[in-house]
Amino acid sequence: MLGYIIQRLLQAALVMLAMSALVFVGVYAIGNPIDVLISPDATQDIREAAIRHYGLDLPLWQQYLAFLGRLLRGDLGTSFVLNIPVTDLVFSRLPATLELALASVLIGAFIGIPLGVYAGYRPESPLSRGIMAFSVLGFSVPTFWIGLILILTFAVNLDWLPAGDRGPTVEVLGVGWSFLTWEGLQFLLLPALNLSLFKLAMMIRLSRAGTREVMLSDTVKFARAAGLSELTILRRHVLRLISIPLVTVFGLEFGSTLAFAVVTETIFSWPGVGKLIIDSITSLDRPVMVGYLVLVAFLFVTINLVVDLTYALLDPRLRRGGRAA
Amino acid sequence: MSPALSAFWQEYRENWIAVVALAVVAIIVAAALFAPWIAPQDPYDLANLELANARRPPGFVGSDGYVHWLGTDAQGRDLFSAILYGLRISLQMGIAAGAVALTIGTLLGVLAAHAGGKVEAGIMRLVDLQLSFPAILLALVLVAVLGQGRVPLIIALVTAQYAYFARTAYGAATAERQKDYVEAARATPLPGRRVVFRHILPNCLPPLIVVGTVQVANAIALEATLSFLGLGLPPTEPSLGMLIANGFQYMMSGRTWISVYPGIALIVLIVAINVVGDQLRDQFNPRLRR
Repeated sequence: MLGYIIQRLLQAALVMLAMSALVFVGVYAIGNPIDVLISPDATQDIREAAIRHYGLDLPLWQQYLAFLGRLLRGDLGTSFVLNIPVTDLVFSRLPATLELALASVLIGAFIGIPLGVYAGYRPESPLSRGIMAFSVLGFSVPTFWIGLILILTFAVNLDWLPAGDRGPTVEVLGVGWSFLTWEGLQFLLLPALNLSLFKLAMMIRLSRAGTREVMLSDTVKFARAAGLSELTILRRHVLRLISIPLVTVFGLEFGSTLAFAVVTETIFSWPGVGKLIIDSITSLDRPVMVGYLVLVAFLFVTINLVVDLTYALLDPRLRRGGRAA
Repeated sequence: MSPALSAFWQEYRENWIAVVALAVVAIIVAAALFAPWIAPQDPYDLANLELANARRPPGFVGSDGYVHWLGTDAQGRDLFSAILYGLRISLQMGIAAGAVALTIGTLLGVLAAHAGGKVEAGIMRLVDLQLSFPAILLALVLVAVLGQGRVPLIIALVTAQYAYFARTAYGAATAERQKDYVEAARATPLPGRRVVFRHILPNCLPPLIVVGTVQVANAIALEATLSFLGLGLPPTEPSLGMLIANGFQYMMSGRTWISVYPGIALIVLIVAINVVGDQLRDQFNPRLRR
């Protein structure tokens, strides 16, 4: 078991190293960052001084090693455009994105799972067919279009909810949160709904497939024979049995929610990290791009590692195999 | 039509929704193909555009006496013409990216299944790593790094999507490899390459066709998303995503048609392709066979 853990940790570190190199070379090797940094009519002396200051005259591998050295100390460099350390920039924007992602994952679970269980429990009913048609739409229609429709319907035509920006936040532990006030919640609702639709569709499909399978099993037969009501069977037995794969996918999906937040945040002008990366791409702010990507890669590698290790803990075959090795 | 194909069509015809979807896809492809002849206006010809005609609602009669059935956009383009040309670009990008990704992914997947050992482990590890990383982020970064234009966009879409094909081809090829007919083909003095391309590959095609259909729709959606974020093609050749993005800023002031009509065209196309793909999946799936 210990051997397996060490092996996976090493693997994760290697992947991280490869990703950081790819991102660094990819973002730095193309184009000339100095054009963004100083005005085109600066004198040659100022140009050269700036190039030396940012270390852009060094060979690429030396720049990468310097970058890696700073990275290990938790320093992601300084934004070219805003002149703020990238770590500060990302961490000041991260709570907004985390709040949005968490809200959308919760919506996906608390609406998606009941709908999916119902669709699996009564697969032939018209309502179930409607739910499944909705899930196909949620899968195939691009997020940005749904966001647009949400704004058009609820913000422009009905004027029920605000769209755009984050609204008021309440400071807790030095970080501003939207969900603590009624007004903040109103600002949160539309973007969270937009981001959750893909997850909603997935939760519906997964829990439907799981429920259909479990409903045919002996567990349900015996529970029915014991005289339990259908609702109790669904709640006590079916939900419990389908929850294991759901939790896995849930964890894996949290990472991709952060990625999809890029689109939602742009549409709703939500001041999170997704909007930060789009802004940095349009202004060619390389340190911010690299820093964000390295952080996202780190997040994904960590999530995959945790999932793998959890499986190893839960799966006795892997556990024994690890011990024997 | 060969008997097999004819039987396939007989079964396909039983699902009327899938038939409608197929017809919709065919109509849209034809409209996009013949856009220069159907469209009342060439939306790329700047000489045609007059600011006096900009942002007019559907049904507006332009200064040249032409009725803009879907209105005009912020530059005074006839929206119906712009949508036809936009569909053209979206379809081009989707099909080109899908075809290249299909080729590269299939070759990698079949190669991994055939070669085994270190090659197999290396390719599949890379593919799995990429599948765990969201496609949209990958495409976003590539477009940002490579710049705007058709080729960078196709490279970004292919990089974001080839892994799905590689996974599918690998799965199908490893399953086929264990069957008796492959064993028999191997026993003959045929070269290994021939066994792979003439015996294994054709039998891997059904799942690849299904994934290909869905991935063309995904490529179109991804391209639209990138264009919407301002990272797709240059604004001189607006794809559907960019038309929607251009109209977005006028939405709040009630000029909704500029975004809504291109959006409806996009959604109808994507959903129709997905429905066709779903039907193909059901028909190819041996477990659902009666």
